[in-house]
Amino acid sequence: MDAAKLLDIMLGAILINNFIFSQFLGICPFMGVSKKTDTAAGMGMAVIFVMGLASAICWVINRFVLVALGLQYLQTLAYILIIAALVQFVEMFLKKAVPSLYSALGIYLPLITTNCAVLGVVLLNTQNNYNFIESVVYGVTGGIGFLVAIVLFASIREKLRFADYPKAFEGFPIALVTAGLLALAFMGFSGMSIPW
Amino acid sequence: MTNVIYAVAVLGILGAVFGALLAYASRIFHAEHDERIDEILAVLPGANCGGCGFPGCAKCAESIVAGKAKVSVCPVGGPAVAAQVAGIMGVEDPGTERIVSHVYCCGGDRASQKFEYDGLKTCAAANKVAGSHMACPSACLGFGSCVAVCKYDAIHVENGVARVDTDKCVACGACVAACPKGLIELVPARQKVFISCRNTEKGVAVRNKCQVGCIACTLCAKKCPAEAITIENNLARIDYAKCTNCGICATVCPRKLIVDLAAKPAEAAPAAPAASAASAAGAQ
Repeated sequence: MDAAKLLDIMLGAILINNFIFSQFLGICPFMGVSKKTDTAAGMGMAVIFVMGLASAICWVINRFVLVALGLQYLQTLAYILIIAALVQFVEMFLKKAVPSLYSALGIYLPLITTNCAVLGVVLLNTQNNYNFIESVVYGVTGGIGFLVAIVLFASIREKLRFADYPKAFEGFPIALVTAGLLALAFMGFSGMSIPW
Repeated sequence: MTNVIYAVAVLGILGAVFGALLAYASRIFHAEHDERIDEILAVLPGANCGGCGFPGCAKCAESIVAGKAKVSVCPVGGPAVAAQVAGIMGVEDPGTERIVSHVYCCGGDRASQKFEYDGLKTCAAANKVAGSHMACPSACLGFGSCVAVCKYDAIHVENGVARVDTDKCVACGACVAACPKGLIELVPARQKVFISCRNTEKGVAVRNKCQVGCIACTLCAKKCPAEAITIENNLARIDYAKCTNCGICATVCPRKLIVDLAAKPAEAAPAAPAASAASAAGAQ
């Protein structure tokens, strides 16, 4: 039962309720850093990392501070605070401990502070009443869903350069149309669920 | 009222705790940052063109300090920047010479075509169709993919062939990478005479394809006083280390494919020393 629920959460986060393509969260970095596949993959990895960590810490703060004091209405504000501090901390930590990873993630790490998918994942954790493990799993797999989406999109965008589309579509318009088509494709997953 | 106080207090405490943690963490995780990186970054042109092979000027500066790149790595800044960077790094000025791009083709409208190409107007696309519409396998396609990537307005297509404006060229290497035929190379700026052809086919074949293709007649090699020209694979090549830019080869070439950049602005050449003399006088 428990394992099945976790699997359901994973599948939901990666495919069925993909953060980009069905919840439309995190569109800004999705558009901004999807011009090259390798940078897109770097951004995706950074998002997985931060989403997992943010889910864990926000769950703890929510459970032992906000709920305990009856201040649930402060969730959004508190989560923003946590995410911003967390990203700063992770950046410092990586710079010291794993410089190679730090330089690989580069500018994408601070950019995640403004990634609404991260805020989305922690708010959904609370909304769905997930326990600690479920929250972390949802966070990490949500990040994987983001990685899948942005890498798919970036590889299409790389090929788009050779497409012969009207001049008016150059740049963002064609990218938005492509993203819309990809989102349509992801609608194919919407009927899927795990039979208990 | 107590609600408000609670809310403010909780968020305030949370913020203060995070702030304190971050301040503490920044002490613990303080990474050594070399100040020379900032100094070099201030000296570099800041165009982030990627000509050095690094993703931007910041990465370039880091690589110089880390010893992964030479102080003269920035082709845009040239000798002036290299000297300043060398000063910051505490090494000797390498005295780099300026380099520029050169297009090794002068065919263009004077080269014949295999078929009429009516596809996408980029060199990469045209090159994919049966190795391009040009009869010569190493001909400039003239769609200006190099022009499109040049950030410095230093390369233009004239009479169907790309030509570098050596005054504006900063040798960022963007055009070198953009040319699907590999016709563009970085050369020393002092070099003025070029054999602008890359066709290695036999003379007869070249003659049928291009009015200005090298047929390897060896006349230039014979006439060169510095013995700087050799014929390899049916193509004359100048050894730039030996060449004295005398321009004799350009005058003897029967196919007129050897270009002498110094010879062209014949009227402008005498004016230049006068201008520099005037500015020198002004400086005094």
